[in-house]
Amino acid sequence: MIYKETGQYKSSYKSDHAIFPLIQDKIAFSTLMLIAFLVIPFVIDSYWEKAILVPFLIFSLAAIGLNILTGYCGQVSLGTGGFMAVGAFSTYKIMTSFPDLNIMIIVLISGLITAAVGILFGLPSLRIKGFYLAVATLASQFFLVWLFNKVPWFYNYSDTGQITVSERVMFGVPVTGATAPPYATYLFCLVLVVALGFAAKNLIRSKTGRSWMAIRDMDIAAEIIGVPPLKTKLTAFAISSFYIGVAGALYFAVFLGAIEVTESFDIMTISFPVLFMIIIGGLGSMLGSFLGAAFIVTLPIGLKFIMVDMVGLSAVTAKHFEISIWGLLMIVFLIVEPHGLARLWSIAKEKLRRWPFPY
Amino acid sequence: MSLEDLKNIPYGKTAFELKNISLAFGGVKALTDVSFEVKKGEVFAIIGPNGAGKSSMLNVINGFYKPTSGLINFAGKERKEMEPEFAAKSGIARTFQNIALFKGMSTLDNLMTGRLLKQKQNLLMQALYFGPAEKEEEMHREKVERVIDFLDLQSIRRTPVGSLPYGLQKRVELGRALAMEPEVLLLDEPMAGMNVEEKQDMSRFVLTVNNELKTTIVLIEHDMGVVMDISDRIVVLDYGKKIGSGFPNEIRNNKAVIDAYLGVADD
Repeated sequence: MIYKETGQYKSSYKSDHAIFPLIQDKIAFSTLMLIAFLVIPFVIDSYWEKAILVPFLIFSLAAIGLNILTGYCGQVSLGTGGFMAVGAFSTYKIMTSFPDLNIMIIVLISGLITAAVGILFGLPSLRIKGFYLAVATLASQFFLVWLFNKVPWFYNYSDTGQITVSERVMFGVPVTGATAPPYATYLFCLVLVVALGFAAKNLIRSKTGRSWMAIRDMDIAAEIIGVPPLKTKLTAFAISSFYIGVAGALYFAVFLGAIEVTESFDIMTISFPVLFMIIIGGLGSMLGSFLGAAFIVTLPIGLKFIMVDMVGLSAVTAKHFEISIWGLLMIVFLIVEPHGLARLWSIAKEKLRRWPFPY
Repeated sequence: MSLEDLKNIPYGKTAFELKNISLAFGGVKALTDVSFEVKKGEVFAIIGPNGAGKSSMLNVINGFYKPTSGLINFAGKERKEMEPEFAAKSGIARTFQNIALFKGMSTLDNLMTGRLLKQKQNLLMQALYFGPAEKEEEMHREKVERVIDFLDLQSIRRTPVGSLPYGLQKRVELGRALAMEPEVLLLDEPMAGMNVEEKQDMSRFVLTVNNELKTTIVLIEHDMGVVMDISDRIVVLDYGKKIGSGFPNEIRNNKAVIDAYLGVADD
């Protein structure tokens, strides 16, 4: 009864095919956007920025990227960390080579470079599927991290092997570097996430998305109706890598500021968590990408709050608990709800439609 | 050669012809020296016992299998083999014996995949989803809605096809093929596992498509009643060889066909 769709008639295919066909969803989303753009920038402090909002936005972007590849096109990838590293190092190289270039352009070019690398590592997907492809992408993860570690050109021959961001301004306000105010970094990420999020959703509801899903569900039938497997899979790799590359660029330039490749883009710090995000959030769901990112980013903070601040455990014990709880949740999700939080949400909506009646 | 070539052939003339097609998988001979032609606008049935090579024949026609020898004369031009994408572009659509739908997608999206080849907007336009890209989507949606109306699929438009009952899945698969607006429709056992009512519905759909849209239909089916009723001409395969062809009443009285189906008496 709360979430009712009766009386909302669609009189055109346009309104029926809208991203938010129901008025309730439209209102909820608009409110969320208003808060995100007009309220949060004024109240955000550096803790919320560094601990929750900016990592949430960046990982949402990475999760959308991986979801395009794994959730929509069905190609399992464990190379997220490697591709994010490509985005980060591209940003660094472009930044140092062209000091006058706008940061937004740098970030987008980094995404394009990552897309090219993604196509290269996507080539094996034409021959191998499933587990074997996962292993091949795992190889790309290790290769890329090794490459950025071993070839000094990528980190401009610095002694530590670290790369450090320099200050860049957008509309007169620094968005990267140590002096960037929280609201600026937050808004910079938010604009990119909203724009790219809509772009992804649009792709998914048009021809490209349907080709991806056709390849995912039944590649033979897809070929028979004229979907070229090669082109479709490589498009998925390219677009997925673009998103992950942009996420990597933001992770380095806006969020961390200084990184060391083996530490920051390790398989355990990036690739697996992002994969967990889309599994817990929901494979093949845009909403799932965001829910998963929110869940994985806030889980350690929430657990720490409960265990250290409320129960009084030591921080080390809490950290151990956190890893166990993480693993446990993964198993529970895979068994109980393989379609993740997004599916739980749609079940909840289904219930709200009928509430308070059971049927 | 394109869709136009097939379109321009007058009705009743040869749409495509298979000449001495043989297909072998290692030592297994699936097809041996099979020849037949399909005329435009007819309902053409391929029958035969299990393992006779009927599905292999369809796979050769739409390019999924490459014949070991033989030629395919398609819309007046000879070639050794087809490519699936090329076959799709030239107006050949098909359904599968074991339903090959996209299980995670809704009925509507499954039908919309039938329109993929006709959608021309590039990635950027699709990502922006405005102007021409949006118009194109709506245009194709309208075509798909016609198929939905024709096949009575309105109520399951938004249902993921994986959760539909078997008979409906078969119908959605026919819908996906129809959404391609094909010139030639290859149906691989469209009525397998259906009850009488569902078979009647399906036959009605097949005949209407043939009559109204003038689509050429190549059909594999085991239900002899249906085959004899709806097909114009029939070819019979057994162990990969052609053992008979002709009009339904000829086939019905063909000694070799009766032997293949019922077995030969020992004496």
